Amino acid sequence: MPTVTFKGKTYEVDEDGFLQDPESWDEDFAYYVKEEEGISELTDEHWKVIRYLQEYYKKNGIAPMVRIMTKVTGYKLKQIYELFPSGPGKGACKMAGLAKPTGCV
Amino acid sequence: MAIKHPTPMLDELEKGPWPSFVTDIKRAAEAGKEACADLLGQLELSYNDKEGHWKHGGIVGVLGYGGGVIGRYSDVPNLFPGVEHFHTVRVNQPASKFYKTERLREIMDIWNRRGSSMLNMHGSTGDIILLGAFTEQLEPIFAELTQKGWDLGGSGSALRTPECCLGKARCEWACIDTQDICYNLTQEYQDEMHRPAWPYKFKFKISGCPNDCVASIARSDCSIIGTWRDDIRIDQAAVAAYAGGEIPARGGAMGQGVKLDVQKDVVELCPTGCMSYEGGKLAINNRECTRCMHCINLMPKALRPGTDTGATILVGAKAPILEGAQLSSVIIPFIKMEEPYDEFKEFVANTWDWWDENGKNRERIGETIQRLGLQSYLDALGFDPVPQMVKEPRSNPYFFYTEDEVPGGFDRDIEVFRKKHAR
Repeated sequence: MPTVTFKGKTYEVDEDGFLQDPESWDEDFAYYVKEEEGISELTDEHWKVIRYLQEYYKKNGIAPMVRIMTKVTGYKLKQIYELFPSGPGKGACKMAGLAKPTGCV
Repeated sequence: MAIKHPTPMLDELEKGPWPSFVTDIKRAAEAGKEACADLLGQLELSYNDKEGHWKHGGIVGVLGYGGGVIGRYSDVPNLFPGVEHFHTVRVNQPASKFYKTERLREIMDIWNRRGSSMLNMHGSTGDIILLGAFTEQLEPIFAELTQKGWDLGGSGSALRTPECCLGKARCEWACIDTQDICYNLTQEYQDEMHRPAWPYKFKFKISGCPNDCVASIARSDCSIIGTWRDDIRIDQAAVAAYAGGEIPARGGAMGQGVKLDVQKDVVELCPTGCMSYEGGKLAINNRECTRCMHCINLMPKALRPGTDTGATILVGAKAPILEGAQLSSVIIPFIKMEEPYDEFKEFVANTWDWWDENGKNRERIGETIQRLGLQSYLDALGFDPVPQMVKEPRSNPYFFYTEDEVPGGFDRDIEVFRKKHAR
């Protein structure tokens, strides 16, 4: 498995840049990911989405459905894409350290 | 020249009369496409192992979109570096797949420079499929495609690329302008296509008549099938010409010399028995006709669909996973389909609202209807149930009633009952 090093820390990721072990997530990983996901600055809005995803994942063991995420965070899908240009799956979930989305993607 | 791998098993597939995919890919490999040489190498390995050599999943894409690219990685990249990344790009095809050569060359110019040069023409949903790109090429490919006016198709839990039969472009049976509907829906719902927002995938397919040449009834969550509600138009002179053998049946598809027996081949095969053929005159009781197309298919020069045309809208088709395969079921027996399709779009908006609100994760709308009942869906649409929605009434007696349908309601006191019925 490839690894990436950022700010002196090493993370194990897969080809798509998803964290292999959610336990190894820290805030710096989000800063590392933001470059390749077309985000210049991490704002409170970004963190609100990231924290929500992590809480939901911790509680339920899966990522929330898009509709639930937009309802709870109060951000419409359009705003989610403004925050995370590659979308809630490839952008926000990756940044939050969640497991890679699967299925017919 | 790319690395050559011996492919004894694949070489067998260059024999025989059918166009060989192996020969085609070899030609590209010989022209220096490493991805093609390595794809054949990996495929040969799979033929030997009898198992696939692509890793699970893959999440890649382009900024702004949540779908359109299917990520794929080889699990033996050290052996076949040319297919270490082998992403698939779905490009939205023109309705009915009519092309000019210059437009195809445009795509191939981009694809030869930035991808493997292999394609599927087309994916089962309809897209042009560009097979085999590396991650770093995705944004440049997307930029060049959009600059030329192409866009990506759908993937993931989103609206997938709509598709239609060739409709009025070259078919005398098209009751609706399938291409216009297809293009209109594609443009109207760009957001729903590029940014997955739903419990699962959703597909539109549009057929001009009940022959259903895009198999919409089997392969789309919302099937739009052209039909008519007035009389079949009959040209009695042409019927006589069919009966006399001057015109070959079924446009010659049964053989040029085949003489049509109007009574046996048409009248007696009509599913509702609503036709008669006496004294050289063909008669149709249109009230009983279910518009199955059989007589029209057999005698295209003599019979034509009516002129009061529209569509039947059916919902719910899906493949077996999870709860079993389904064909779409009738929701709207007849709706006029004329630009800008407002009435239909209102139905679509209500459908998506209900399904997005009620659908479970990865539940197709056909399964949501199965789980919550057709009545629940009809309530959301504001439709009254009609007999055309069912093949037969239910045979079991487990009917649900709403409380307001029942005199006295559901709130009962056991003591009142006990006054008449002692324990």
